[in-house]
Amino acid sequence: MFRPVPRASGYFRTDYAQDMALLQTRAERIGLAALVGVLVTLPFIATPFLLDLACQVFLASIGALSLMLLTGYAGQISLGHAGLIAAGAFTTGILTREINAPFWLTLPASALTGIVLGLVFGLPSLRLRGLYLAVSTLALHFIVIYLGGEYETKRGFSTGILIEKPSLGGFKLTDGRAWYFVLLIFAAATLLICINLLRSRSGRAWRAIHTRETVAEALGISISGYKLLAFVISSSMTSVAGCLFAYYRGFVSIEAFDLFLSIQYVAMIIIGGMGSLLGALLGATFVTIFPYAIEALLKLLPNVQKLAGDIFAVNYASFGVVMILFLVLEPLGLVGIWRRIQNYFLLWPFKYKPLASMRK
Amino acid sequence: MQLLINIIVLASIYALIACGYVLIYRVSRVLNLAHGELMMFGAYLVLACASLFAGHPIMALCAAVVLSVVTGALVYVFLMRKMTGEMVLAAILTTVALGILVRGVIVLVWSSQQQYPAQALGISNPTFTLPGDGHISFWSLVLVLTNLAAYGALFGFLRFGRWGMRMRAAGQNPLLAAQRGINLHGVYALAWSLSTLTGALAGILMALDSGVTGSMPVIALKAFPAALVGGLDSLGGALLGALIIAGAEVLLIYYVDPLLSDVVPFLVLVAMLIVRPWGLFGTREELDRV
Repeated sequence: MFRPVPRASGYFRTDYAQDMALLQTRAERIGLAALVGVLVTLPFIATPFLLDLACQVFLASIGALSLMLLTGYAGQISLGHAGLIAAGAFTTGILTREINAPFWLTLPASALTGIVLGLVFGLPSLRLRGLYLAVSTLALHFIVIYLGGEYETKRGFSTGILIEKPSLGGFKLTDGRAWYFVLLIFAAATLLICINLLRSRSGRAWRAIHTRETVAEALGISISGYKLLAFVISSSMTSVAGCLFAYYRGFVSIEAFDLFLSIQYVAMIIIGGMGSLLGALLGATFVTIFPYAIEALLKLLPNVQKLAGDIFAVNYASFGVVMILFLVLEPLGLVGIWRRIQNYFLLWPFKYKPLASMRK
Repeated sequence: MQLLINIIVLASIYALIACGYVLIYRVSRVLNLAHGELMMFGAYLVLACASLFAGHPIMALCAAVVLSVVTGALVYVFLMRKMTGEMVLAAILTTVALGILVRGVIVLVWSSQQQYPAQALGISNPTFTLPGDGHISFWSLVLVLTNLAAYGALFGFLRFGRWGMRMRAAGQNPLLAAQRGINLHGVYALAWSLSTLTGALAGILMALDSGVTGSMPVIALKAFPAALVGGLDSLGGALLGALIIAGAEVLLIYYVDPLLSDVVPFLVLVAMLIVRPWGLFGTREELDRV
């Protein structure tokens, strides 16, 4: 599920406590400590631009993880992810604007909106599958966006809603570094929730539903219950991401949540690798950094001034190309590449696993 | 009267676009979300051909139509052929990615400002007054007629044409069709080029009527509910679905709120998915096949 360090030799667990532990080997503990060390020191050496980039990656990670839960594990295709982010952001915007609600009120309110919308988005999944489900989420996306736009125009915020930076216990979150840690904590918490959900009963039920619904039902899994649960959990986490996004940007406008954003999130889990939480993180990082990388590459070319106006279009086109390349050439995504590299070193000097001990 | 004309014109637009979705879906079970972008590409091809064949508007239009047919076939041969038999989600996302790519390229080449191919071709767009004080522009009229002709031709082709029969066979059971010696890749490529042809026709005629901008694919997205309301695998259904969607949209905009324009087709779509997800004329088994 989420094993950053591969095991070359057999590692055998002897009791249930070992089996349940999140970190099982010393290498894993050292790896995590190193990662935490890097993540904590990063904001003190990074430029503001890099800090902003990291914050965006964390925000995208929350969204990508929750979509991975829904699509990658439970197998329910959703093309309405941007609608859910918008719902969270607008709940925050409306509450701060109308009743001047503080952070500790808007966050649960956004999660609640997410839960309600998760039920709404999930209801079609009880009857529909595959393509039809994707279409119904797409339609719901447009409806949510319409409601947001309606609010904007009726209340006279046609350019968008301004949101003040929140304060946590008298401490105002204006500093980029403070935001970095807040978002890091939220992303880490989301990851932890996802890991724990997936290795418990609900995660197993989702995977069973994904693999074959009929068999899952025969095993006594309540199909409709677990499908709705997947939608509800995924969309409440997404709405929380939307709430954080609204505060982080300090500004909510309906234009930020078009269909392209939904597609970007789907691209994250495709590029990262379906059915892997690590994939969601890698994909979120890749898709978030991608436009900046393209821009940096374009600046290396001669005739920069001439291209300046076209950066957006170049971005767009190259994003399409990268998505196509991944879908056609590497359907397992970045995680697939990562596993192949791991296997290369694990099996060296051989190329393939011996058949007898084939295990995943 | 004007309301009726608006409904008919909008329904023709939706129907002409929706039959592209239906064609590809019926034959290969792939939902082509790049349809709008391919349609817009057709409209921009007119601009390109207008400068190429300056002074010959008919030639330019024909060249643009032929080029868009070729584009459709190329899309299948170079991209969608690889996705044949893959997961539904992967195939849909490939079309989405293709759409993004096409849109980016179009903005790069032609910029995203509003352009008027009719001016570039040097043809005018007179408005006719119909009895009952309704107005219809020349190109809208052509669009309505083209739509009827396209549906007539497609019906005839699928019913009596040799390749049309093959297409239906491939749609019913690809494995058996292949076993009987039907060239599946040929059939799929044909479906893609026909679909792009109808889409491009819609795009070109709309562009001639009111110009073309980068936001044209939104119209195609709104036409998708028309295809689904009628039933994704039914051509006749698409026609009726387009009428329903267009009627609902025009009337609600007129009597309730203009802002609803973008959302009405999707409201109808959701209602349809709740009541009868396989569409008015679709086959019920469809739901389990994808």
